[in-house]
Amino acid sequence: MPLIPTPSQTVGPYFTIGCTPGNCDSLAAPGVAGKHIAIAGRVLDGDGAPVPDSMLEIWQANSYGKYAHPEDTQDKPIEPGFRGYGRIPTDDDGKFRFSTILPGPVPGPDGKPQAPHIEVSVFARGLMRRLVTRIYFPDEANANETDFALRRVDPPRRATLTARKVPGQAAQFEWNVILQGAGETVFFDC
Amino acid sequence: MRVATIPGYRRAGSGQQPVNAYAGYASSLKRAPAQPLIYLPHTLSEITGPTFEDFLDDPKAADLTEGRVGKAIGERIVVSGRVLDEDGRPVRRTLVELWQANAGGRYRHLVDQRPDVALDPNFEGCGHTLTDAEGRYRFVTIRPGEYPWRNHYNAWRPAHIHFSVFGPAFATRLVTQMYFPGDPLLAFDPIYNSTADEEARQRLISAFDWETTIPNTALGYRFDIVLSGRDATPMEL
Repeated sequence: MPLIPTPSQTVGPYFTIGCTPGNCDSLAAPGVAGKHIAIAGRVLDGDGAPVPDSMLEIWQANSYGKYAHPEDTQDKPIEPGFRGYGRIPTDDDGKFRFSTILPGPVPGPDGKPQAPHIEVSVFARGLMRRLVTRIYFPDEANANETDFALRRVDPPRRATLTARKVPGQAAQFEWNVILQGAGETVFFDC
Repeated sequence: MRVATIPGYRRAGSGQQPVNAYAGYASSLKRAPAQPLIYLPHTLSEITGPTFEDFLDDPKAADLTEGRVGKAIGERIVVSGRVLDEDGRPVRRTLVELWQANAGGRYRHLVDQRPDVALDPNFEGCGHTLTDAEGRYRFVTIRPGEYPWRNHYNAWRPAHIHFSVFGPAFATRLVTQMYFPGDPLLAFDPIYNSTADEEARQRLISAFDWETTIPNTALGYRFDIVLSGRDATPMEL
């Protein structure tokens, strides 16, 4: 008989006192290969109000499309100075910002490459379970068009998963998390 | 791009995990998504995740009772257990973080400003550790107090300790809360009751543990944490 998994429970309003050892908003050391970028945005609720008591967790591949994990057996380099993990609590205005490198493509179903993407978990008071979403990139239109996960999403909602370039800032992206209502971010059952 | 065929992780059965839009939990009303979640088959992105093999494990971080100038106030307890997957296999070298209120039911956090309950200068209320090769972890702390909250009239949270566990993959990430056996407040708590399945809810309640009780010092509570297990059917990568 398999064991019943432990249910998730909300992080509540006070998680910042406990979830600090794993905090990291700068994912890539200066010498790490790839395009160094920053992604910033806000977490907003169903009224469009900022969510100050939330945090994002990031998981991504390096610029070669390789995860720093023993089960990624691809013949691609792992880089010292890049784990691919980040954790960023939002501030009083619901804002977050992290710096990283643009991830490379990783394999998906049927051996086809997935479009470059970042995995994101959203935790907050009011959420009994984390919400899982992905960040894709605007310069990868062709890869995004064939990405298996994006294709599961109704076309009008796909834009919620794509970061926007900040005008005049080549390496800066904006991406917001809208928990509920108009423009609601696509969340996955993961 | 073909790599070895690896199974994904299992999804929880019906009612075994809480729902985000839970009417009894006021904070969820404007925060739970209105649209249904979109099923995401697990790929290399979900079956990998952050590892903590090199994380500096500080034994002091697992004892919350040693304050800056003295001992924390309250009933000393030992909270220990194993992190396992659904097949009972140990989850090794994974980061376990915990946070909690002090003995009076107050958190050391700016948002918690209860005027009638003092902070304890010797209690920060947070700790962390790594599981060992058998998936075991152990904390020494104090029993947290129950506390009132604004969710509904005369609402009180049962005594609880927050736990954060990563497990081997992005798909296994879990944040939960541990409760104490026999707490009469559990019946009234919407957070505890947001999980429909009674057996699954029981997972959240620790058990008194004579084996880990330290004579003349601290009662022991056992809390095993079960993360998603591996799918039997291999997925095609």
